[in-house]
Amino acid sequence: MTTPETPPRIAEAEAEPEKKGRKRTGLARRESRLGVALMLPTILVILLLVILPLLWNVALAFQPARLINIREVKLIGFEPTLRNFEIVLSDNDFWPVLRTTFVYTIGGTVLSIFMGLWAALSLQKAFRGRSIVRGIVLFPYVVPVVAAAFVWQVMLNPRFGIVNVWIERLGGNPIDFLGTRSYDISVFGLFSVTIPLALFTVIVFEAWRYFPFAFLFILASLQSQSREIDEAAMVDGATISQRFRYITMPGLWPVISVLFLLRFIWTFNKFDDVYLLTGGGAGTEVITVKIIDWLTGRGNVGAASALGIILALILSVVVFIYYKFFYVEEDRA
Amino acid sequence: MTRTVFEERLFGVLKWISIVFFTVIAFFPLVYMAALSFKPIQDLLLDPGKWWPSLEQIFDSETYQTVLRPVDQGGQGFLVFIRNSAIVGVVTVITTLTVGILAAYAAARLNFFGKRTVSVSIILVYLFPVVIVSIPLFVMFSRIGIRSSLYSLMIVYLASTLPVALYMLRGYFQSIPVELEEAGQVDGLSRMGVIRRVTIPLASPAIAAVGLYVFMIAWNEFLYALLFVLENRDLWTLSLGVEQLNTQEVPKTVLMAGSVIISIPVIFLFFFAEKFLTEGLTAGGVKG
Repeated sequence: MTTPETPPRIAEAEAEPEKKGRKRTGLARRESRLGVALMLPTILVILLLVILPLLWNVALAFQPARLINIREVKLIGFEPTLRNFEIVLSDNDFWPVLRTTFVYTIGGTVLSIFMGLWAALSLQKAFRGRSIVRGIVLFPYVVPVVAAAFVWQVMLNPRFGIVNVWIERLGGNPIDFLGTRSYDISVFGLFSVTIPLALFTVIVFEAWRYFPFAFLFILASLQSQSREIDEAAMVDGATISQRFRYITMPGLWPVISVLFLLRFIWTFNKFDDVYLLTGGGAGTEVITVKIIDWLTGRGNVGAASALGIILALILSVVVFIYYKFFYVEEDRA
Repeated sequence: MTRTVFEERLFGVLKWISIVFFTVIAFFPLVYMAALSFKPIQDLLLDPGKWWPSLEQIFDSETYQTVLRPVDQGGQGFLVFIRNSAIVGVVTVITTLTVGILAAYAAARLNFFGKRTVSVSIILVYLFPVVIVSIPLFVMFSRIGIRSSLYSLMIVYLASTLPVALYMLRGYFQSIPVELEEAGQVDGLSRMGVIRRVTIPLASPAIAAVGLYVFMIAWNEFLYALLFVLENRDLWTLSLGVEQLNTQEVPKTVLMAGSVIISIPVIFLFFFAEKFLTEGLTAGGVKG
C-alpha cells in the first residue's frame, strides 16, 4: 500500500517481451545470454558448495566413514551399507533426542511468534520515542549468538546470576535453570508438577532471541493493512478486542503462517543456541547437537551423515504436511 | 459504550506495560553484560547483588586487558581473533556483493530461460540444514587440505550469505525506475555499463546495507569456525575465541568482556543500517 508504484512497473517489465515484436528478438537473445552469464557465478557457488556436498552427504551415509580414515572416503564406487543407519537408529538416545527436538522446535516457534505479535501490536501506533524502542527491541536478534547465550548463562548462574539473586531476595532457593533436567513445582502444596526445566529455559531463550524477527514481519503486515474497515467498525461501535478478533487477526494469518513455516525450519536445523547454552546436557540434546557429537566427539562421519539424512527426511515430511493442510494462502486474506 | 471505554482504558494501560516489558527484556541483558565485564570475579562472588561496577573498575578494565593481551603475556590473545574475524568478514562482503549484484540484476531485470526456477531454488537453498552441508564440506576441505585455514571459512560464508544477499538486492534493484536505466542505454551505455554507471550508484545505500548484513552474518558465525579451525588457535575467529573462554579456568566476567568485544561492532553497524535492513528483509515476505 505504501509503495503503489512498484507492482505495476514489475508487471510492465515482465510483459515486455510480448509487447515488442520480432524486431527485438536479437536483443532479447542477447539479454537472455547476458542473464545466464550474470547468474553463472552464483549457480556455480551453489552447485559446488551446497548441491554437491548434499549429494556427497548421501554417499557418506552409506559407507563406513571415520575421521581417521577420511582419505579413503569415496564419492562413488563404494560398497553401500546400511550399517550407519543401524548404528544411529539403535542408539538409546535416538527417540528421546527426536522428542526433545520437536518440543524445542514447536515451543520456540510458537512462543517467538506469539511474543512478536504482542510486541507488534504494542508498538503499532506512533508515540514519542517509538523508533528508538523499535531499534532496541531488535537487539536480541542482532547480538552475536555467543554473546547472547553466555549472558543468559551468567544471568541464570545459580551462584551469582542476577535472576537467582532476585529469587533469593524474594525468599526462594537458587535454581540451576540450565542444569536441571526436571524440576518439581508444587501447586499450593496440594500436588506437584514436574517440568523439564533446562529444555523449558532453552525454549524461552529461543523465544527471546527470535521474537524480533516475527515482530518485524507482523509489524510490516499490520502497517500495510487498510485502515478503512477498521475505522468503519470503530464508527459502528466495535471495541478494540472485537476489531482485533474480526478485522486485524484474519488479515495477519498469511504472514503468521509464513513465519511459522520459516521459524519451524530454522529452529529445527538450529545448532548454535542449544550447544552454547547447555552443550546438549540436562535433557536438551537436539538432533543437530547429536549430529555434531557423532562427527567430532566420536569421529564417526558416516553416522553423522546418516543422522543428517534422517533430519532432512523428517523435516521434509513435516513441512510437506504443514504446507498441504495448514498453510494459509496470501489471497485468502 | 461502557465496554468500549473500558477496553480503551485497559488496552491503553496494557500497551505501555508491554512497551516497558519489551524494552527491558531486550536491553537489560546487554546492560548486565557490559556492567559485569568490568568487575573482578571475586567482587561479584562476594556480593552478587551489587553488579554495577565502580568508576575505578571501569577505568582499570582489568578484564579487557586480560582478554586482549597476547597469550605469551598471560592474556587470551583476542587481537588475533579480531583480526581474523575482520579479514574473513571483509572478504566475504566483497565476494558476496560482487557475485550477488550480478545475479540480483539478472533476476530483477533480464529475461532468460529458467530464470524463475533458478531464483526460487537459490532461495530454497537457504532453508537447507546447515549441519548436513557442513559434514561433507568438512570432509571435502580436509581431503584437499584447506580445511584448517581462513580460506575455508571465506568460501563457506560466501555460499551461506549469497542467497540472502541475492534476495535483498533483487528487491532493491526492482524498485529502481526502469526509465533511468533506459535513459542510460539511449545515451549509448551497454548493459554492463548501465549496471556500473546507473544501477549500482542508485542502489548504493541499499548495497551498503546488504554488505553490513553479510558482514554481521560472517562475524557472528560459529558452527563452521568450530568445525574447521578449532585445532589452530592462530586461526580462531572472534566467536570461537569467545566460546573457548567458557571454561572453569576463565572467570565469567572475563567471558563477559569477550562478549562485549564481539557485540560492539555489530550493534554499531546495525544502528547505521537499521532502516534498510528491516525494509529489505520484510519487503519480499509481506504483501498485505
